[in-house]
Amino acid sequence: MAFLDFRGGSGRVQIVSKRRATCGRHSWSPRVGACVQRTHLVRKRALLGGSNKPRLHVGSGAMEGAMQTESKIRADSRTEPGPRGPGCSLRHFACEQNLLSRPDGSASFLQGDTSVLAGVYGPAEVKISKEIFNKATLEVILRPKTGLPGVAEKSRERLIRNTCEAVVLGALHPRTSITVVLQVVSDAGSLLACCLNAACMALVDAGVPMRALFCGVTCALDSDGTLMLDPTAKQEKPQRAEHCWEALRDDHHRGCPSGVEYCALEAPVGATWWDHEARAVLTFALDSVERKLLMSTTKGLYSDAELQQCLAAAQTASTHVFRFYRESLQRRYSKS
Amino acid sequence: MSFRTVEPLEYYRRFLKENCRPDGRELGEFRTTTVNVGSIGTADGSSLVKLGNTTVICGIKAEFGAPPTDAPDKGYVVPNVDLSPLCSWRFRSGPPGEEAQVASQFIADVIENSQIIQKEDLCISSGKLAWVLYCDLICLNHDGNILDACTFALLAALKNVQLPEVTINEETALAEVNLKKKSYLNIRTHPVATSFAVFDDTLLIVDPTEEEEHLATGTLTVVMDEEGKLCCLHKPGGSGLTGAKLQDCMSRAVTRHKEVKKLMDEVFKSMKPK
Repeated sequence: MAFLDFRGGSGRVQIVSKRRATCGRHSWSPRVGACVQRTHLVRKRALLGGSNKPRLHVGSGAMEGAMQTESKIRADSRTEPGPRGPGCSLRHFACEQNLLSRPDGSASFLQGDTSVLAGVYGPAEVKISKEIFNKATLEVILRPKTGLPGVAEKSRERLIRNTCEAVVLGALHPRTSITVVLQVVSDAGSLLACCLNAACMALVDAGVPMRALFCGVTCALDSDGTLMLDPTAKQEKPQRAEHCWEALRDDHHRGCPSGVEYCALEAPVGATWWDHEARAVLTFALDSVERKLLMSTTKGLYSDAELQQCLAAAQTASTHVFRFYRESLQRRYSKS
Repeated sequence: MSFRTVEPLEYYRRFLKENCRPDGRELGEFRTTTVNVGSIGTADGSSLVKLGNTTVICGIKAEFGAPPTDAPDKGYVVPNVDLSPLCSWRFRSGPPGEEAQVASQFIADVIENSQIIQKEDLCISSGKLAWVLYCDLICLNHDGNILDACTFALLAALKNVQLPEVTINEETALAEVNLKKKSYLNIRTHPVATSFAVFDDTLLIVDPTEEEEHLATGTLTVVMDEEGKLCCLHKPGGSGLTGAKLQDCMSRAVTRHKEVKKLMDEVFKSMKPK
């Protein structure tokens, strides 16, 4: 199944093909969905004939010289299950860079059904009241999908801003401002982690100098203490999920040995077999150099040992995310 | 004195090398904590907490409200942190700034995560009437570590809240308040916050003052309850920490919890009518 997708305005054309993948025992689960394979089409803008060189440390004035490339990378995110059972894999994720023409850098990050669009302006002019004499002023604006931004958004903006400040080399651009604008396109769980990933990709696309990359990983702990990485919205909600197949729960914990059909027949409609209530949801931001903890925000009650466990699982998961970053950037810049 | 103004970070480093701080504290030492409960007569519950120079006062007013439609047997606890120009030159009057909003969100998260009170206890009549506790935390003096002070003030004030008995009159369907019969809230857990500042990516100091918060490369707040369970691990960015460093923070948080609990027990014991 292939179709042409016209982008209005600039006249770019891309060919997108979809292939339904059967990834072993998860084929029926809505988590897998379609493993999207997209080819990318590189098209030079007739006006410019500029080279496909990556733009580095460029101010807002020099945007026109760059080439519009679009590379949609399929992420192979079906990771191996972690040591704690079947729920330790990340959802399918995808990233698209340089999709907006006005910001210096932009990226759209998709994690399962959660999607966030990020745009970066900078280094640019800063208001005198906000300028810092020896480094760049970072600003983050987070827009929710619906409604006006409230106190929760302010709190998240603070978290994302401080994480970016820790990695961006602001000292190279004193008295300037770097603005990261995030728009939530859809929220299906792990929103903050998706925002962090989108912000990082957008900063890279803008060419802002950074000492490391960072990624966001979310962990959910259910009442039994089972770890779930990258939970969906249903898994994050701390509600009493009615399991009409209680008797099968032990099988699920052991990894559903009977296979797909067994679970599908017994499970209630719409529920997957790791649909437990979440006792705690932890979101971490880790850096790419030493996997140190840059940011952490948590919801719910958990013990110290569980925290260390989640952190270790997040560190392992972040390796996959960083590998995906590297692959997507390599693919993008190798087509010159 | 002038060296401190010109090169504050270098000034601090000289002290940190000797494992102490300019005000004479050790790296893991808290400032003198004092708490005063029940000072506001017009509020249903109040407390004043001083952490060194940082002063936060908490007043709780209980009002009636309709329970939310999706949770008809729950009441509300609405925290609000007010950082006015009185407490620090950094704040202007007007709508709450970023720091105030972040602090309010933090307190709301602590209340929600730690289940300090069961919202079901605040319900008077399911679907019709419930208590709404408005918790106003006003900072009178901001000398760093506002989150710890706010959490402590909130806890002490909630323990001090006395709600009158309310009965719904069947004939008139109106609520009748009996001010003579008051009862305390059922406080289930005692969350205590411990804040750390990260210096030069490696050193962790406890209970930072405002100057230290400015010079630090990152902050971390751990909220723990008495069973050693964590309600909140709030690390808004800043330099990276390893798992081992986090472990040290946890042990310090456990000791701090004991100190605070002792202080609270003393205060409430002294308040008991003889």
